[in-house]
Amino acid sequence: MTGAELWTTAVVFGPLLASLVALGGRAWTLRAGLALGSATALAGSFGLWVEVTREGPVRHLLGGWGAPLGIELWADGFSVVMLAVTAVVGAAVSLYSTSYFGDLSQLDAEKSPAGRAARYFAPLWLLLWSALNGIYLSADLFNLYVTLEILGLAAAALVTLAVTPKATVAGMRYLIVSLVGSMLFLLGVALLYTEVGTLSLEELAAADLSGSMATSSLALMTVGMAAKTALFPLHGWLPPAHAGAPAPASALLSAVVVKGSFFILVRLWFAVYGGGSDGGLLLMGGLGAAAILWGSVLALRQRSLKRVIAYSTVAQLGYLFIMFPLLAPEGLSLAGSGEGSAGWSNDAWTGGILLALSHALAKAAMFMAAGNMTYAVAKDALRDISGVAHRLPMSFLAFGLGGLSLAGLPPSAGFVGKWLLLREALAARGWFWVAVITAGGLLTIAYVLMVLRHALDREASSGEFRPVPKRMEWAALLLALAAATLGVRATETFQILLQGGVQPWS
Amino acid sequence: MTSLDLYTWAGVAVFLLALHAVVTRAHLIWKVLAINLMGTGVFLVLLAAPARRDPLMADPLPQGMVLTGIVVAVAATALALGMALRVVARTGSPFLTVETETADPDPDAPEAPS
Repeated sequence: MTGAELWTTAVVFGPLLASLVALGGRAWTLRAGLALGSATALAGSFGLWVEVTREGPVRHLLGGWGAPLGIELWADGFSVVMLAVTAVVGAAVSLYSTSYFGDLSQLDAEKSPAGRAARYFAPLWLLLWSALNGIYLSADLFNLYVTLEILGLAAAALVTLAVTPKATVAGMRYLIVSLVGSMLFLLGVALLYTEVGTLSLEELAAADLSGSMATSSLALMTVGMAAKTALFPLHGWLPPAHAGAPAPASALLSAVVVKGSFFILVRLWFAVYGGGSDGGLLLMGGLGAAAILWGSVLALRQRSLKRVIAYSTVAQLGYLFIMFPLLAPEGLSLAGSGEGSAGWSNDAWTGGILLALSHALAKAAMFMAAGNMTYAVAKDALRDISGVAHRLPMSFLAFGLGGLSLAGLPPSAGFVGKWLLLREALAARGWFWVAVITAGGLLTIAYVLMVLRHALDREASSGEFRPVPKRMEWAALLLALAAATLGVRATETFQILLQGGVQPWS
Repeated sequence: MTSLDLYTWAGVAVFLLALHAVVTRAHLIWKVLAINLMGTGVFLVLLAAPARRDPLMADPLPQGMVLTGIVVAVAATALALGMALRVVARTGSPFLTVETETADPDPDAPEAPS
């Protein structure tokens, strides 16, 4: 077994095995499962990072069977950075969850709702982790569908671990949207197979996909994935689901789960379809711009902490779609008169993906920090966290640093990512994109400050205050620090992102 | 249009009718059944796929895909029905309550107890 085969096996099957361990239902099996999953995912993605930086994209034929009948795992730079950020966020949230759900041995695991949440969070999350890593390593469309479906089922179940009626309804709606999204994707796959006769992404990239059947299958898959990524206007399910879930689940859903379907969209549009059509790219960018403005404005209007952060996710996902038109040759822009160089824009590529990474780190940190605040006061309204900064300085700092990265202030990774997108937009004279990127940043600062102002209030809320375990505060702060300083060490990320680049198979 | 095209388009038609039902029917059981039917439509398309290119040769891939798809659909349906029961138990209604986007109805709803 070569190094690459070992690492790809570790990241997919490690968490899967860990999920089975965690199903044991004892306190120690939960901890052992989380430790095993985190260790294999971290080691595997680090190993792949080194391997891919050195050797370029790697391939693993599972059991020695290649396409079309076997399943291949395949990793390029884009896969590896997504694996790595999932591993870092996942390990931090796993650590956080061991304190958040309390001591299992003290809870009646089967009868009380809290006991059920404590017992089933770890197995579900580890299953989800395995599916997510599977998506990043998939080399064929059907494998993508299966891993996507596992991801969707586990994610919806995570939401309903919170026993409130609101969260249950939100989880059910999430499940329906997710299943319909997968079905649209599967119909697209079926039509594409009818037309081209292959499922392998690499063979599809080489095939002629300009026919009407292939185009409509791209449209179907795009609508399905956009619904799962909560791209405006299909974002309605996200805020109640992400705000209603237990805090560790919210962090995972907002930070890493939506990135899975985003990854598929990028792979399909650029690696397989070679950029689709100019009109399509503009449409995606336009929806992204609408998401930024709509999500930010609604975030400002929310009165509960977790809903502010959930709407912020809707807005920040918009930035990832602004990358679509900016990536295109000739610096496609709404202003029209681009003069950019031929080929894909490296600035837009590295900037856009870096934004996805920094959003994952920052949003997980913010949801965990918010989870600490609501854990302490047992309420979620903004007015109830008033004065909480004085009692939870570390969580306050974590939230602030995460916000700093979201808003794109230096030296955060968010700053570098936004700067690269902005530079690309300026070079292409896309004034519309420049305006949206800037306005989105200002709105982000506004809603982050809105939360910080409530937390800093001198008038402490009169209600009770539950002490927060130190482990939960550290997990949030470490991720926030990573998000705020990733910008300084962006070079390694750029290097590996160019292994394979936008179109790895051409 | 050949008869094989007919299979493909019939599959797409089943899919679209079921999609219409998911969107318009409010009862959760309807929605779950309709999602199942969407899957059936896709399976029809998949079964017609290999014959369109070479009617004389069997292609194991779509069959494998349909079998896997059925397994996934069973798991998804089981979870969806289980969650629908939870929705009824916790809200007393088999419908999804509509939440408006701007209003933030009840900010004091408690966090998950832990």
